[in-house]
Amino acid sequence: MGNFPTTVKHCLSYEELIQDYPWLARWLQEEKRALTHEYPEYVKIVEVGPRDGLQNEKEMVPTGVKIQLIDMLSETGLPVIEATSFVSSKWVPQMADHTEVLQAIHRSSHVRYPVLTPNMHGFQDAVAAGATEVAVFGSASETFSRKNINCSIDESILRFEEVICTAKQRQIPVRGYVSCALGCPYEGPIESTKVAEVVKRLYELGCYEVSLGDTIGVGTPGSMAKMLHSVKKEVPSSALAVHCHDTYGQALANILTALQMGICTVDSSVAGLGGCPYAQGASGNVSTEDVLYMLHGMGIKTGVDLSKVIEAGDFICKALNRKTNSKVAQARAQCGYN
Amino acid sequence: SGEVRVNVVEWGSGFLMSVQDGASAGKTLPERVKIVEVGPRDGLQNEKTVVPSEVKIHLIDMLSEAGLSVIEATSFVSPKWVPQMADQVEVMMGIHRRPGVSYPVLTPNLKGFLAAVNAGAAEVAIFGAASELFSKKNINCSVDESLQRFEVVTKAAKEAGVPVRGYVSCVLGCPYEGKVSPDKVAQVAKRLYSMGCYEISLGDTIGVGTPGGMTEMLQAVSREVPVNALAVHCHDTYGQALANILIALQMGISVVDSSVAGLGGCPYAQGASGNVATEDVVYMLHGLGIQTGVDLPKLMDAGAFICRSLNKKTSSKVAQATCKL
Repeated sequence: MGNFPTTVKHCLSYEELIQDYPWLARWLQEEKRALTHEYPEYVKIVEVGPRDGLQNEKEMVPTGVKIQLIDMLSETGLPVIEATSFVSSKWVPQMADHTEVLQAIHRSSHVRYPVLTPNMHGFQDAVAAGATEVAVFGSASETFSRKNINCSIDESILRFEEVICTAKQRQIPVRGYVSCALGCPYEGPIESTKVAEVVKRLYELGCYEVSLGDTIGVGTPGSMAKMLHSVKKEVPSSALAVHCHDTYGQALANILTALQMGICTVDSSVAGLGGCPYAQGASGNVSTEDVLYMLHGMGIKTGVDLSKVIEAGDFICKALNRKTNSKVAQARAQCGYN
Repeated sequence: SGEVRVNVVEWGSGFLMSVQDGASAGKTLPERVKIVEVGPRDGLQNEKTVVPSEVKIHLIDMLSEAGLSVIEATSFVSPKWVPQMADQVEVMMGIHRRPGVSYPVLTPNLKGFLAAVNAGAAEVAIFGAASELFSKKNINCSVDESLQRFEVVTKAAKEAGVPVRGYVSCVLGCPYEGKVSPDKVAQVAKRLYSMGCYEISLGDTIGVGTPGGMTEMLQAVSREVPVNALAVHCHDTYGQALANILIALQMGISVVDSSVAGLGGCPYAQGASGNVATEDVVYMLHGLGIQTGVDLPKLMDAGAFICRSLNKKTSSKVAQATCKL
C-alpha cells in the first residue's frame, strides 16, 4: 500500500493546499483555463444537512447535537445553513425543537440561517424565535403536493403568498423550493414547462431564489438540461439553485450540467445526510464534501474549507451511529489524516 | 419492489423521447456508447473474497445476456501475484461465448499472451502507466521497459490476428507521485496506439480526477490519438466518476469502462470504493438518450447475483434504489 500525500491532500482544504504547495495555485489556474470559461467563478453552497438531512434520518437527534452540528458548520465558511423547520411537530417530530435550536445556535455574521415555514403559523413562530430568512416549499407535481402537504399546487401557492407578503413587509427574504422538478414518485416524469410555471409563480410572488429539487434523484443530465432550459426562459439563472438527490448516483453529473448552464447555487447536505423517504435504504441528498471536491478540483471558489466540513460530517455520523454517505469522507478516512 | 424497477426502466425509455432535443447543455453527445464491462476481471481482482470458477463463469454468462458487447473475462497473469485469476484457463473455456460479444483478457507479457491464445482468447489487453513510480511499484519496471515488453506482445498479437486494447493507469493522479502531467499521459497513450492497440483506455486509477483535470488530460491525449480510439476508465473513490464520464462524452469519447455492481474496491484506500458501477453509468446514458444496447434489469440481475455470491452490498446506487430488500 502506498501513502499518497500529494494526492490525498487533494481532498483537504484549498487554502491549506495552496500554503503547502504554492505551485498548485498555478496549476489550478491552468486547469481553469482548460475549462474554456464555461463555469461560474464562484458557487454558493446552501447547506441543508441540519434541516433536510436530519428531517429524513430515522434516529431522533438530541437538540444539543443539532446545535453543535450547526455551530461546526458555521466555522467551515459555508455561507448559508438551513437550520430547522417551523412545521408542526406532529408531522415532523425531528424538528420539534425548532425554537430551541434557532435560539441556541451561535450565529456567525458571515452565515445566513434560513428556516422552513410552510404557513403563516410557522412563519410567525419563526420570526418570534429570531428567524431572519425563511423558505417555502412548492411542488411541480399535483399528486405529490396533495400527498405531501394535503392540498393542490394552487392552494399551496396561495398559502405561500400570505407568508411571502408578510415576510416582504418585515424585510425577511424568502427562498422558494420546487420539488419533483425532474420526476415524481407518483406521477413519473414531470413536464419541464410545468416546473417553469411553478418556479415563475414563486419568483414573481417575491422569492429571491428558487431551488429546483430532484426529489427522488431520478434526473440525469438530459432531463436536467431540458428542465433548466424551460425554467431559464422564465426566471434568471442568478435566481436559481439546484437541489440534487443522489439516489441513482446522478447528482454530481446533474450539478455539473447545471453549472454548464449558468446555475451558480447548489444545495447539498453534509455527509449526505437524509435518505430518500420513497426508496428505503437508498441514499438521498448529495454530500457537501463530494460537491466541494468537484468544485475545488475545477478551480471554482466556494469559500468553504473541505476538511472542516468533513469534521462536521464525522461528528454527526458518530452521533447518529451511521456511516457517512460522502465518498470523499470515506476515502479520506483511509488516508490517516484524522 | 418489482413495480419500482419497471418504473425506472420505463422512465428511462420515456425520457429517451423527451430529452433528445436540447439534451446536453449545448454540447453534442455521441448517439451510441460502447460499455466495456470490467467487473469479472478488474472488479473481481480487487475483491478480497476468492470467487469459485463456476460463479465467475455464471456471472460472465449473465452479463453476456444483458446486452454488453465487451466483457473483460480474466487475466493471464501469474497466479502467484493475482490468486483471484488463477482459474483463468477454466473460466475462458467455461464461458458461453455469445456471438457479437468480445471477451478480452489481460496479458502482461508474451508468456501470458501465449497462454491466453492457447485457451481460446480472441482479444487481449495490456496495461501501461503514466507514472514512473506506479509502474515500478506495480510491475517492477520503468514505463519504458514496460512498453518494450508490450511491444513483444503487440507484435505477436498482430501476427496472430488478435486485437489488442491498451490501458494507461494513473491518468489523473498517482498514489505515489501525486499529480501526473497530461503530456506524459499523451505520450504513453501515443506509444501504445502506435504499437498497434486499437483502443486506449485512460484510467483514473485512484479516482481523484475532477472534470477540470479530465478535460485537460483528454485535450492533451486527443492531440496524439484520435478520439474514437479512446475510452475512459473512471474510479468512483471520490464520487467523481459520473461527472468525469459526462465531460469525456462531451469531448467526443464514446467508450466507457465500468464494473457491474461497482465491483472492485480501491487497493490504495481501504474501504473506499473503486470502479464506477455499470448500472449507474447505463442509467445516466439512457437518461441522456444515448444507446448502449444494455438491458438494465438484466444487468441488475447479474449485479445482484455476484453480490449474493460475494456476500456484500452492491456499490451501485441504481441497484440500491430499486432493491427494497
